[in-house]
Amino acid sequence: MAFRIIASQCTQCGACEFECPSGAIKFKGEAYVIDPEKCTECKGEFELQQCASVCPVPKTCIPA
Amino acid sequence: MSSPMISLKSLTSKTTMNQLLATAKSGACASSSCGSPAKPDDVDPDTWEKIKDHPCYSEEAHHYFARMHVAVAPACNIQCNYCNRKYDCANESRPGVVSERLTPDQALRKVIAVANEVPQLSVLGIAGPGDACYDWKKTKATFERVASEIPDIKLCLSTNGLALPDHVDELADMNVDHVTITINMVDPEIGAKIYPWIFHDHRRFTGLEAAKILHERQMLGLEMLTARGILTKINSVMIPGVNDEHLIEVNKWVKERGAFLHNVMPLISDPEHGTHYGLTGQRGPRAVELKTLQDRLDGGARLMRHCRQCRADAVGLLGEDRGQEFTLDRIPGEVSYDASKRETYREVVARERGDHVAAKSEAIGMVKTAGSSGLLLVAVATKGGGRINEHFGHAKEFQVYEASAIGINLVGHRKVEQYCRGGWGEESTLDDVIAALDGIDILLCAKIGDCPKDQLTKAGVRVTDDYGYDYIETAISALYAAEFGLEPLAATA
Repeated sequence: MAFRIIASQCTQCGACEFECPSGAIKFKGEAYVIDPEKCTECKGEFELQQCASVCPVPKTCIPA
Repeated sequence: MSSPMISLKSLTSKTTMNQLLATAKSGACASSSCGSPAKPDDVDPDTWEKIKDHPCYSEEAHHYFARMHVAVAPACNIQCNYCNRKYDCANESRPGVVSERLTPDQALRKVIAVANEVPQLSVLGIAGPGDACYDWKKTKATFERVASEIPDIKLCLSTNGLALPDHVDELADMNVDHVTITINMVDPEIGAKIYPWIFHDHRRFTGLEAAKILHERQMLGLEMLTARGILTKINSVMIPGVNDEHLIEVNKWVKERGAFLHNVMPLISDPEHGTHYGLTGQRGPRAVELKTLQDRLDGGARLMRHCRQCRADAVGLLGEDRGQEFTLDRIPGEVSYDASKRETYREVVARERGDHVAAKSEAIGMVKTAGSSGLLLVAVATKGGGRINEHFGHAKEFQVYEASAIGINLVGHRKVEQYCRGGWGEESTLDDVIAALDGIDILLCAKIGDCPKDQLTKAGVRVTDDYGYDYIETAISALYAAEFGLEPLAATA
């Protein structure tokens, strides 16, 4: 269970990176990516996924 | 690119102050006695110390000092209907150009490079895209690094206010004494029409609830800044039919809470920017609507009339953007700060501006006491220093002054396309310039050719270069006297 970022949509603002409670989001090469091993979909921490809630572009942080 | 106010070539260590002063005046005027750098009458001395070198906070300072912005904090916690995050914040950037986003280390390199080349530089701001208080770690890292290299540079930032209360104490600790909050409403019902959502306390809020939280945080942030003596400028985007009338109420609220300056900016909503307002056909205000609203706000919180809605990576004096000279690829990999140019420039300005303030105060006093009910709208071509020192054909904007029984006041500016390119003028451009000068009585410039002069006169705008290199207010007072049959002042400066 993990989320992923659609790189072509991403504005690279980086808000998801510092909101992610699991430290699963990093800037790698040219884009932000979510490490599926670390992503918990915020279960047990928040009602909704932080990356998707803060992302300014619709349908950019989505279930993998 | 417009040339700097003082030739940088002359700024060597051996340059004397008198040589520089002569350069500033472009050889046109004999120097009169230098007064002390006086402050405007309606500003207390402590506040004047804070604003006297800040081009955005002091209308007087904007003739002499430059700011630069570094885009280091791209993350934002709010969606605004006038902003499309996919490209850039349309309201803080000119159309079609994306700002260069920098890391704090890259920003430091850029600030040093600019400080070495632009002696007018006095302020570093972080103004988008994104929110400086929300993307706080990058903002803080940038300010700390720059302040340790260039201790006398003033730091300021822009914010939507949502995360502001969390960082007011740190701002005070870092000696940030200028903050701009964008406040477009004090009524959440109106806020809901401007902000589709906010992200706060780990969740996304929408509608009335979102606007209510934002409003409360903005007021709290403003009150906290005021309590710590940090000067606060309020930016409001004027959105016709949404918050235009409401901004009168906003002005009252922010004044009561200690805001120093209120800047009402026109909505920019071109469809091609892809913003919600752009796509739904929400129009921006016409120049006359903006001015009418600003006039109604006079008497509330002090108004900013000299804003140019600059880019988030602008560099230079207001009205001039030298950002393209200082993109990362044009900056050396290794830079070290050399304070000499900025120091020399400051000494020159201290003398020149005392002279200007005295001349200005005399000119305004004359117009005020003339007892005439006449009103004169004057457009001025200037490249800084408070003087009429730009050629008509080189001007990219004209500053607009209103002379009346209440004095001589800057009331706005009109952007134009540069008429003269490489020695010849374009006829269609001249038509556009004439259209932009609608309603102006007289145009003042350092020089103008006979052809454009005739065309302008035919269109009802009188033009003269008789006052070239004089102080703006001195020239306007002489025109005012001539126009309404009064005794003119003896020429100063």
